[in-house]
Amino acid sequence: MTTTDSNPASVEVDPSGRFAGTGTRGTRILGSMTVVAMVWLVAFGLGFSPADRDQDEAVRIMYVHVPTIWVAYMSFVVTAVASGFYLFGRSKALGWDRLAGASAEIGTIFVAATLVVGSLWGRLTWGVFWQWDARLTTTALLFVTYIGYLAVRRLGGSHQQRARRSAVVGLLAVLLIPLVHWSVRLWRSLHQEATVLDTDGDIDMDGLMLFSLFVGVVAFTLFYIWLVLHRTRVMAMEDMMDDRGLDLALASRRAEVVPTQKLEEN
Amino acid sequence: MSIWRVACLVARKDLLVERRSRVVLNQVLPFAGVTMVIFAFALDSDAVLERVAPGLVWLATMFSLLVLVQRTFAIETDDGALDAMRVAGVDPRAIYLGKAMGLAIELLVLEIVLLFAAVILYRQTVPVDGIALLAITLLSATCGLAAVGTLYGGLAAGFKGRETLLPLLTLPAVAPVLIGATRAVEAALGTAGAVVSDGWPWVGLLLVFAATFGVGGSLAFGPLIDE
Repeated sequence: MTTTDSNPASVEVDPSGRFAGTGTRGTRILGSMTVVAMVWLVAFGLGFSPADRDQDEAVRIMYVHVPTIWVAYMSFVVTAVASGFYLFGRSKALGWDRLAGASAEIGTIFVAATLVVGSLWGRLTWGVFWQWDARLTTTALLFVTYIGYLAVRRLGGSHQQRARRSAVVGLLAVLLIPLVHWSVRLWRSLHQEATVLDTDGDIDMDGLMLFSLFVGVVAFTLFYIWLVLHRTRVMAMEDMMDDRGLDLALASRRAEVVPTQKLEEN
Repeated sequence: MSIWRVACLVARKDLLVERRSRVVLNQVLPFAGVTMVIFAFALDSDAVLERVAPGLVWLATMFSLLVLVQRTFAIETDDGALDAMRVAGVDPRAIYLGKAMGLAIELLVLEIVLLFAAVILYRQTVPVDGIALLAITLLSATCGLAAVGTLYGGLAAGFKGRETLLPLLTLPAVAPVLIGATRAVEAALGTAGAVVSDGWPWVGLLLVFAATFGVGGSLAFGPLIDE
């Protein structure tokens, strides 16, 4: 074995040594809860919640737009924390690295969803797909930064090399994001101020709308956790396959050598 | 030997290699010059060019930065010199600081040439009261660019696909420098009625950026190249 992590505990392996899949009882329950929450979100987002006074029906986009960016931020925090645990922890367990990678992958997809959905909302509300305001521009740069992080993960080398490199880049991204935000904010700002997490602490929103938004956050958070669990396990399997492939190659090389030696002995 | 002494030796080595090979002089400077000319083709208006000249100078600098970083690490990885330095027990922080210093000096020369090009091609004038702001902006922005460039250059060095990975990592990271340095140079040159006092907050941003990535880079460089 070339790496220290040959048997990730989270992957189900049946007695014959074959992988039984990435689903467990826990993820199946979680997946069912996600489906229920999504149906609930569709019912509230498209049905029960009222249209907005100013934004009209376009406000319904918010029930996807806001939860996806919240979850994306959360996933990048998870990436940073897991990177920190890998880099500064003693065990150098690859589990942290896989958690960081899985979280960043899913966060990047969620940021992409936020940008697409947000630009549709912008077209309806502002009349344009894109405004060069602080929050939009920071989000776009955040997206590109994590695409870069994911590219670094695919540079090659051993699992530990990948883990160390990507942990450093994952932590650097945390340094970078506030600087990008500060600079772009100084540059210009037009975005609608945050409504729910306003600085005065009062929530200024219709009750049913707020509830729909809450349902959205719950649904997308469950979806995120479900995806991260599966993706981490798939990554563990990929790492195992890499190791096993190397072991098989070594074994077949040894098998080639042994008969030659026997011939020489004879 | 102290870290700074080693860093100076590494920077000196890089500049010596450059003096003998003249790649920056013969290839990177002409590349930057061509960029300035093709910007004029794209924008096709004297008034627009005069307005956006500071931004174009920094954009040309960023593109040249990518070429310079590739170059500064190509001379290390081609002969396994980076590994040799590590095996010789050179502190990775000293390698990082040295490479960044060498890169910063090359960048600074490039920026001064590009500013001259902007004066000639884009009809810019440098007012006397803006010279101090201009000089400090150039220095602080250059330190930030060199810090980021060296860090990601070291990360991508020695891997397949580094030519494409480097811009992807570097350009989003140097976006704050592009914004801050452009606004500060606009203030220094008085572009579109900007006054010198507008430029100082941007210099603050550039200094914070350079300090953050300088410290972060020197700490992160060891784990990145230690393979």
